[in-house]
Amino acid sequence: MAYKIIASQCTVCGACEFECPNAAIKMKGDMYIIDPAKCTECEGAFDKPQCAEVCPVPKTCVPAK
Amino acid sequence: MLSVDCLLQPIDLDSMRAKLADGGCSSSSCGSSAKPGDMDEATWEKIKDHPCYSEEAHHYFARMHVAVAPACNIQCNYCNRKYDCANESRPGVVSEKLTPDEATRKVITVANEVPQLSVLGIAGPGDACYDWAKSKTTFENIASDIPDIKLCISTNGLMLPDRVDELAAMNVDHVTITINMVDPEIGTKIYPWIFYKGKRYTELEASQILHERQMLGLEMLTARGILTKINSVMIPGVNDEHLVEVNKWVKERGAFLHNVMPLISDPAHGTHFGLTGQRGPTAMELKALQDKLDGGAKLMRHCRQCRADAVGLLGEDRGQEFTKDLLPETVTYDSSKREAYREVVARERGDHVAAKQEAIGEVRAADSAGTLLVAVATKGGGRVNVHFGHATEFQVYEAGPKGIVFVGHRKVEQYCEGGFGEDATLDSVIGALDGVELVLCAKIGDCPKDQLAAAGIAVIDAHAHDYIESAISAEYQARYGASEIALTA
Repeated sequence: MAYKIIASQCTVCGACEFECPNAAIKMKGDMYIIDPAKCTECEGAFDKPQCAEVCPVPKTCVPAK
Repeated sequence: MLSVDCLLQPIDLDSMRAKLADGGCSSSSCGSSAKPGDMDEATWEKIKDHPCYSEEAHHYFARMHVAVAPACNIQCNYCNRKYDCANESRPGVVSEKLTPDEATRKVITVANEVPQLSVLGIAGPGDACYDWAKSKTTFENIASDIPDIKLCISTNGLMLPDRVDELAAMNVDHVTITINMVDPEIGTKIYPWIFYKGKRYTELEASQILHERQMLGLEMLTARGILTKINSVMIPGVNDEHLVEVNKWVKERGAFLHNVMPLISDPAHGTHFGLTGQRGPTAMELKALQDKLDGGAKLMRHCRQCRADAVGLLGEDRGQEFTKDLLPETVTYDSSKREAYREVVARERGDHVAAKQEAIGEVRAADSAGTLLVAVATKGGGRVNVHFGHATEFQVYEAGPKGIVFVGHRKVEQYCEGGFGEDATLDSVIGALDGVELVLCAKIGDCPKDQLAAAGIAVIDAHAHDYIESAISAEYQARYGASEIALTA
């Protein structure tokens, strides 16, 4: 139960970082990554995962399966 | 007489001081204020050094943008967030994002090198009011190091109402809001979605929320005496006619300036409009709309749609001289250059305004119904001072019964590169000058001059280094002036 960021599509705008209610998203090198241990897919907090809601590029914040 | 010309190139402080000591000004109007008669003193103080808010100031003062707030909370159909190119000049385009600390070093470095610098803006990519923590830290850092720099912010308005009090507390006295519609139905053709309070909204609901927040933000700024500029992107067939309504709404809510900008659309940019073949307006279509809006909220016509990391006078971009890798590790602000420049400008400006008023009076006195659209090659200082072949843009003025009015600019490909002019380039320049009858420049060769004449455009270089309005007045009088003026001339 966690999301991931497709690095090749990410614009590194950082919107997901400050929308994430769990502080699960951090800059690593020059790319943002989601810590699967902290990600809850926003369950209980929001209707939909915030990173995917705010991300400007379609299909870039997706379930990590 | 002093000339600002020399200062438009990097110049050392001693030569600036020498210019200042160069003795008095020959004009009796020296030192007079450039303030327009119908403006109150407090407003003039706010805009007189701001190149975007004062057409007159844009001849002398420079702005810089720092891209510190890359996150955005709405999607516009004319924007593609993945786009980045150093050769493109348009809003939202930037080559490197900066942290607030890098931005602070960049601003101080530029302030030390570019004496014309008067304004620092945060204008994308992204939204400065949404990515607020980074915008705020940057402004606080700069305000403590360079207290007299004007802080300026550009926003889509969605989060603006939440930031107004903090903006006021930081003395941000210029805010630009991009408002493309006041009818959410039209908004659905421009905004596919917005992100607001933890939720993505689409369709009519998205535009409805955005519209309400924009109007609220504008009203709150007006109530606090913060000057607002409304940017509207003119999208033919989508909101072009509707912008008349937008102009009315924003005027009622106290907007200081309305800036109608042409849509920039190209499939290569990968924007929705670019990919679906939505075209931008022609220069004459834009002018027709702007003329229609005349009398409503005051129009800004000298916008160059600059990059989000632009540095320099409007129409020039020195951003590439100040990239991240060129910034020093530590840098200290030295105010001497900017102060000396301001002194020189204060004098030159009074002189320019007197000459301008005289010229406008002459054109009106000619009492003719004739109008003349003139394109001028200038690099600032309010003078005709660029060689035809070196111009990358022309400023366009209209002389007629109303006097001399600045109506816009036309970007062109530089005709003369390395001394050789290309016919194909000249054709594109002629195309860009559509509707223009006369070109004023510092110098032009016989060959392009003849070709322009064949296309119905006269080119005159006899007014090199004169004030723009004085040169236009002389030419207007030569065509439309009363006979006694012609006799004494």
